[in-house]
This record gives sequence, C-alpha cells and structure tokens, in this order.
Amino acid sequence: MPDGAQSETRVRETFRAEGITKIYKTGDLRVEALRGVDLTLYEGELVVLLGPSGSGKSTLLNILGGLDLPTAGTLFFKDMEITAATQSELTTYRRDHVGFVFQFYNLIPSLTARENVGLVTEIADDPMQPDEALEIVGLEHRLGHFPSQLSGGEQQRVAIARAIAKRPDVLLCDEPTGALDSKTGIVVLQALERANRELGTTTALITHNAGIKDMSERVIRFADGQIISVEKNPVKKPPEELTW
Amino acid sequence: MVIRIDPLNKKLFRDLWRIKGQGLAISAVVACGISLMIASFGTVAALDESKDAFYNRTRFADVFAVMKRAPDSLLQEIEQIPGVATAETRITAVVNLDIPGMNEPATGRLISLPERGTPLLNNVVLMSGRYPSTQRPNEVAITDPFAKAHSLSLGDTFKAIINGKKRSLEIVGLGLTPEYIYALGPGALMPDDKRFGAIWMSRKALAAAFNLDGAFNDVSMSLQRGAQTEEVLRRLDVLIKPYGGSGSYAREDQLSHFFLSNELDQLRTSGAIFPPVFLLVAVFLLNVVVTRIVTTEREQIGIFKAFGYTDVEVGWIYLKLVLILVGVGLSLGMLLGLWMGDSMITMYKTYFKFTLRDFGVDPAVFATAAAISLGAGLLGGLGAVRQAVGLSPAVAMAPPVPTSYEQSGLAALFSKFEISQPTRMIFRHVSRFPIRSGLTIIGVAFSVALMIMSLFFLDSVEKVIQVYFFQAERQTLTLTFVEPRPATVEQEIQHLPGVITTQPVRSVAVRLRNGHLSDRKAIQGIVSGADLNRLLDSEQKLIEPPPGGMALSKYIAKDLNLKLGDTVTVEVMQERRPVVEVPIVRIVEEYLGFQAYMRLDALNRLMKEGPTVSSVHVLVDSRYADELYTTLKDTPAVAGIVQQTAALDSFRNTMDNTMNVMIGFYVALASLIAFGVAYNAARIALSERARALASLRVLGFTREEVTYILLGELGILTLISLPVGCLLGYGMALSMSPMLSTDLYNFPFVIENATYGWSVVVVSISAIVCGLITRRRVYDLDLVTALKTRE
Ligand SMILES: Nc1ncnc2c1ncn2[C@@H]1O[C@H](COP(=O)(O)OP(=O)(O)OP(=O)(O)O)[C@@H](O)[C@H]1O
Ligand SMILES: [Mg+2]
Repeated sequence: MPDGAQSETRVRETFRAEGITKIYKTGDLRVEALRGVDLTLYEGELVVLLGPSGSGKSTLLNILGGLDLPTAGTLFFKDMEITAATQSELTTYRRDHVGFVFQFYNLIPSLTARENVGLVTEIADDPMQPDEALEIVGLEHRLGHFPSQLSGGEQQRVAIARAIAKRPDVLLCDEPTGALDSKTGIVVLQALERANRELGTTTALITHNAGIKDMSERVIRFADGQIISVEKNPVKKPPEELTW
Repeated sequence: MVIRIDPLNKKLFRDLWRIKGQGLAISAVVACGISLMIASFGTVAALDESKDAFYNRTRFADVFAVMKRAPDSLLQEIEQIPGVATAETRITAVVNLDIPGMNEPATGRLISLPERGTPLLNNVVLMSGRYPSTQRPNEVAITDPFAKAHSLSLGDTFKAIINGKKRSLEIVGLGLTPEYIYALGPGALMPDDKRFGAIWMSRKALAAAFNLDGAFNDVSMSLQRGAQTEEVLRRLDVLIKPYGGSGSYAREDQLSHFFLSNELDQLRTSGAIFPPVFLLVAVFLLNVVVTRIVTTEREQIGIFKAFGYTDVEVGWIYLKLVLILVGVGLSLGMLLGLWMGDSMITMYKTYFKFTLRDFGVDPAVFATAAAISLGAGLLGGLGAVRQAVGLSPAVAMAPPVPTSYEQSGLAALFSKFEISQPTRMIFRHVSRFPIRSGLTIIGVAFSVALMIMSLFFLDSVEKVIQVYFFQAERQTLTLTFVEPRPATVEQEIQHLPGVITTQPVRSVAVRLRNGHLSDRKAIQGIVSGADLNRLLDSEQKLIEPPPGGMALSKYIAKDLNLKLGDTVTVEVMQERRPVVEVPIVRIVEEYLGFQAYMRLDALNRLMKEGPTVSSVHVLVDSRYADELYTTLKDTPAVAGIVQQTAALDSFRNTMDNTMNVMIGFYVALASLIAFGVAYNAARIALSERARALASLRVLGFTREEVTYILLGELGILTLISLPVGCLLGYGMALSMSPMLSTDLYNFPFVIENATYGWSVVVVSISAIVCGLITRRRVYDLDLVTALKTRE
C-alpha cells in the first residue's frame, strides 16, 4: 500500500474494489460488462457515476449492493469480503447495510407508504420510525396512501425513505430520477442529499444527467466496462441549484 | 432450407415454453375429463351393443313364467295372447350338485333343450362341444364359467341330485346364455361361478326325471313390436294360474338383465357427472391462465397493434395458445381413455358372462369429445382473447401503473392488528382479488369434494356389509327347500351334524299393489325372537316382527307410494294365490334386497296353510361344516344353499373388481385436479409477484421470508378450501346416494371421518408439492433482471 494512503486513514473506506470483471455468457454470446474495475468509495461521500448506455454502471452497482457477484476480482465492504460471501451472507449484508433506489420505484403495491417503509424497519437492527423516514423525504402527509395513489415522484421518495429507514451504510441509486421530470427530480435528489448529509450514508448515484454531477464529491466516468476517469468536484452544489 | 417462423408464432412458442408447467396441468385436467368420457361412453357402447347382439343371436325372451305343471296343450293358448311372437315351453329345475373336489354343495339350474333343433328362445351359445343328444339322457351342456371355475372340461362328469336320485352327468358342451350373463344363483346376492351354473339336458331326459311327460313348467316368449307387455303378463297369469303359475314377469325383472342394465345405467350416470366436472375445472384454469397472460402482455399487445398487426392476428395468437393446450389434453385424454376403457372392459369380462366385444370407440365419440373440449377451451379462453383484441395500442405508451389497492373493509380490519408487513401483503392480495381467490378456493374445494364423493362409495358399501352380513343376516348358511315343508323340518335340521341353532323362514312370492302401482316382491315370514336373520330399524336396533300386519322396506313403500298406517293389497303368486289386504305397521330401512316382513304364523294364516317353512337359516359349528355339507349334498329336498361367508366374499370380490377400479381412477383424477389448480394458483401468484418478491430480496429479505409471502397465500386459500370442499363433498355424496340406488341396492349415505381425513390429506399433499416446486422458482429468482424491467 502506498504511503500516501496513510494520510487518508482518518477518512475510512466503505468499499474497495480491485480488478472487478463481469462476463455475461448467454449461449455463444459473451458480453464483457466490466473489464477490471478498481474503485474505492469513502465513508459519507456522495459519488455520481456517468457513462454511456451499456458501459457497465448498473452492473457495478449491483455488484456493490450484493445482488450479483463478479466473474473475477475482489470487493471489500469495510472488512467484509463481499466476493467471498455466500448467498445468505449476501442477504444479511443487504439487510443490514445497503439501501437501494431504482429507476422504477419497486414499491409493493399492496402496502401503503408507511407499510412499505415498515417492511424494512421490521427486519433492521436499529431503524428509524417509518414516519420519521417519510418525514425526511417530505411525505409525512402521505403515510396511508397506496403506491397507486401516489405520483411517480412521490413513489420514488417513498422508495428513498424505505432505503434510508434502516440507517444503511451505503445508498445505491440507479437512475433514481430517470422516470421523472426535472422539477420532481430535484425534490427526489433533495431527499437523497439530506439522507447523505444527516445520516452520513455513503451514496453512489448513477445518472445520465451530467448536471447532477455538481451535487457530488467525486464523479466517476465509465466507458466500455472500465473507469476512464475519476474527478473531484471542487464545489458541491445543493440540488435545488442544479439544472438539466 | 430455412424455415421462416413469423415473430408472432415465435412468441407463441416462447409463451408456451414459459408456461409449460401450468399448461401441462391444464392439459392434464382436460385429459381427465376426456378420458372419463371416452372410457365410459366406449364401455357403455361395448356393453350395450354386445348385449343387444347377444340377445339377438340367442333370441332372448321378453316374458318369462314358471309354474308347477302345465299340459303341452296350454302352449297354443299362450301363443294366442295378442302381442306374442314366439312362445316356447321348457322344463327347468333347481338341483343340488356334487362337484368333484368341492366340499360344499353347488346349485345348478337344469334347463331342457327341445326335442328337435335348437331352442327358439334363450338359445345357448356353444363355446365348445355340442348340444346333448336326445338319445343319451346323461349328456349335458353347462355354462362355461361354471366349468372353468371347477376346471371341468368336455368329457368330464359330475353328480346331480335329480328328483331325489343322484345321477352322473357327462359334459358334452360348454356354453353361454342370455339368462345368466350375470350368473346369480337362487337366493344369492352376488354371482359366484363356483356355486352356481346352468345345465342343459334333453327335454326327454328331464321329463322322465320329473314326471313331466307331455307337460312343462316353464314358458318364455318374445313379443311383437309394440305389444302391451303389461297386458300380456296379465293374460298369461290368468292362463297359468290353474297350473300353479307363480307370476309371470317381463325381461326388465329378469335378474341377469336387471343387473346388466343396472350397471349400464350406473355407468351412464357417472359418465354424465364426472367428465363435465373436469371440463369445468379446465375451463376455469384456462380462463385464469390466459387472462393472466393477456394482462401481463398488455404492452406487448399494444406494441404489436401499434406496428400494424390487426386485432384478428393478435387475438389469433392467444386463441392458438388455448387450442394447443386443449389439443394436447384432448390427445392425452383419448389415449388415456382408450387405456381406461380397455381395462374396464377387461374387468367386465370377468363380471358379465357373455360375448363382450373389445373396447372400441365410435369415431363419433371422439368427434364429440373433441368438440366438447374445444368448446370448453374456447369458453375458457374467449374472455381473455376478447380482452386482447379490445386493447387499444395506446396502452403500450401509458406509464406503468401499480395495481391499485384500497384501504377498505376487510383490509382495514387487518390494519388494526399487529401483523408483520409480509403477512399483511398476503391478506391484502387475497382480498384484493376476491374473485380469483374464490375461484382457486372453489377449484381446490372441488378436488376435495370429488375425492370425498369417490371414497364415499367405499364407506357406503362397507356400511352395507356391516349391517347386512354382521347384524341382519348372521346365519352361516340358508337352506332353501324345493317345496315348502311342514315346520317340523326345522327339528330334523337341528339334528344334523354341526348345527348350533336354526331359524325357520317362510318366503312367499307376491305382487304388492297399491292402486295402479305394483311390485313383484317376496314376503318373509320370520319368528319373533329370531336371532340369525334379524329385522333392524334405521339405527340398526333389533325390531320384532309386528304381530298385526306387515313391515315394509322403505324403498318399496316409496315405490308404491305407501306410508305407515296404509293398507297394501297382497296378491300371492303361489299355492292357493289368495289376495288379501294387509296394514303396514312398520317401515324398515334396508340396504340390500328390499322385502316385506310378517310374523311367520301370520303369514301361514294368510296362506291358509298350517305351520310351513320354505327355508331355514342355520348357524354351523365350523368344525363340523364338512360333515354337514356331505350330508346336505345328498339331501334332495334342499334346492339351494347360500353360505354367508361365500356370499360376503363374492360381494367383496365383485365390489373390489368393479367399484375399486372406478374409484381408483376418480381418486387419481381428483388429486390431479387438486394439483392442477394449486400449481396454477402458485405459478400465477409467482409471475405476478416476481418483481415485488425480487424487491424484497433486494431489501434484504431471505429466501424463506419471501417464500412465506408467496406460499402463505396458497396456504390460506388451501386452508379455506379444505372445509369448503368437505361441505361440498358432503352435499355431492348426499345427492349422489339416491341417484345410484337401485331396485336391489341402496347406497346409504355414510361418510366416515377417515374419508374426510384422506381427502384433506391427499389434497394438502398436492398443494404442498406445488408449494415446493414453486419454492424452487423463488430460490432461482434472478434479482437483477426482475428489477430491470418495469411492471
Ligand atoms: N443479464 C445479462 N445478460 C447478458 N448481458 C447483460 C446482462 N446484463 C447486462 N448485460 C450487458 O452488460 C453490459 C453492461 O450493462 P449495464 O446494465 O451495466 O449497462 P449500463 O451502463 O447500466 O447501461 P444503461 O445506462 O443503459 O443502464 C451491456 O452491454 C449489457 O448488454
Ligand atoms: Mg443501467
């Protein structure tokens, strides 16, 4: 390990990925989705992942979240080697440490907003109250509504509340604003930003809107299954000042 | 050459492959209905046609009568009765047989063959050998099954006691007769080839043996088309009355024919009940599955239409899906039906003794089966296909909308309780789709009911056996005399070796009449305090024979529209043939062989005779049984011996052979339905919830927790359907029981707890197996792909 890292130890690592490769094989077809990705994410930071379609962003995020395992490479979450975990260890890992937000909200239609959040708080160690989580995303007045009775933006904010209610260590968001207009998108991003700031949750956010990169600490660019650049964002802007 | 498959067909095949499990379940249920239909139609046709062919070939008579002795000249008068086509006289007698290698005596019915030529009516179909010669009085032909049961062949001899003399008879022919297709011996309940056979002899020999030269004691006749059977019977009775005629009867009352047509009726009934039930379930499953597919593919359908495919083209894909599922079921059902039918005919061949043709199905039946199942399929799929056709292309562009749920009624109730969110999901889902949940419940309940209904037959028969053989008829054997005898004969029998107790019986053939309704029956005269053959009430409590009137079987009372306190006209058909009015003082419930009962002394008075008996029930010490049989074999006065244990054995045997085959089929099919319904319910739940379940997995729920949500629903629905099914089965058995009762046999309505238990267990097991299969799917759920697509 280089000596320069010594000064960084006060800022602890959340993820350390080395040489992550993912190859999909379907019949004779072979797709190299990730081709040797090295990446470290630090506690409490908010990073934005950018890159053309098919460049491997989602694949990496899924691997970070323990939904999928890489074909090769190692991934550490703090001291835990994710790449050596069993299926049930991965489940526990997701349950205790990870919050997910997807482009298509993936709420349970048969449960109300509060119950959707309750779904997670019931199985978590030290969760917040569902109402509290919904308050963070500004939905305290929509507790008893079913997903079908909520707008897309509201549904996405319930999904965020559900993701943060367990006080996760990491929040992984795959195009959370992809299905929303920019005004609604900003409300959603505000909810994410607040969770990141108030709870200190390490947050990775995939987006196709380059404008969003201004709210991050670092911007990671993908192309062809590889990271082509990592740049620090000197000035972090609050979401309400973003445009796209 | 490259075969181009257009994209719609490609999609069809992919869809089929995707739903292969469910599809197979649907096809299997269709196959069940079709196979039952083909098997029962084909069997009925084979039995019916073989019966008609056999009756034609042997010229089976339409009317029968026996008497003591009538001069040959009476034949001309009989032939004069309007409507009679052919009449033929015979000499017949029931005799005891002494068969080598058999301890107990067997019973034979001697039947005369005409002096010249073959019988005009009731001809024998010779399987081997020849007709006995007129010149050789000891030559006989015997029924083929009787010979087989004793390994007798042409040239063998056996002994018979003919009019008091033991004679050795030589077998020269083996044959079959329409009179004994169902070969029931006198007084027997079930056919027993070892204990009863028909024996043909030359008329001359029989006339000589029974002093009936120039006379006859049996007449049969065929009628002209359109003849008034009732009128012929009435006139015949008048003619034969002076000669000791004991009442003529039509083919419908001929025992063998009666049983054969009874069996045919029963087959027709079950053939009419069961296949529709299966096809209905198939319709229901098809509807559920195709509707589900159309709903999930709303967008695809919209896109197809947006691209310019016509409504008809789009509707046609889903219709093809339905047709393929039904087509597979139809073909499987036809094969299964052929196999089932074949095994049923094989079974009937041991049961009915005639030239029964092999199982075969009229192409028209196949065509009907095809039409019915396709019709059922279209019925099941049409709603869904119409929905597909009716969709507007715009749905493809509309945003995904989560299924709407509402906080209402039942759901609100759940919110009050402290239940976990997964449990809440289960209840919400069940109550959100009440119709679909209801249909699943009905489907599973149906299979429970079907199982109960099938097993109910066994309970019912067992009840009959318990009551009839162990409580009502407790004698070891019953001796029936050729002629009624003075009551003192009972003492003689008591002195025979091994006899423990006896009970005298006077049985009188009568016609019971109430206005224009009448029935040929027997009145049994029994003594009070009888301990062998006992009269029981509906709770199986002992009843004493009523002193001042008649106890009547409930079934006869119903048939003759009589109730307690009415009087019935008794027209005695034998001896002096008195006609008397007798009050009905008791109604009794019987399961087997319905009769009327009087006190023995009262019956003797009614017959204007002294103390007389016609048979004696005997309880035998089994150690001396062989000795007793040897004595009885040489007792000419005894015409028939019915052994209870042998009767019970043959009863059970017959039931095992006939009913258990059918019940086995039904139980297997009911399990299949249970499986089909439960599997479909589970798979549909899975396909609908795959995304929600994947989301839960992403949130950190374990596989077990997610499986709980999915299978919890199936579990709840199954739990609800079990009691519903038990109730339904109760109702179905209750309504089946009178439908299956016949003039001879009552299916009492009894369902043992074990029947409910087994039905519940078998159906639960099917549901659990489905659950396990589905659980595997949940385990294999691909989280990433499930989340990538929108609803
Ligand atoms: N299940 C799969 N089977 C085969 N190939 C796959 C699978 N999932 C992803 N891929 C391939 O892996 C590559 C990376 O996909 P990924 O979803 O990570 O891209 P992405 O950067 O998220 O793109 P987008 O911005 O469009 O969401 C793509 O070429 C894709 O086709
Ligand atoms: Mg992506």
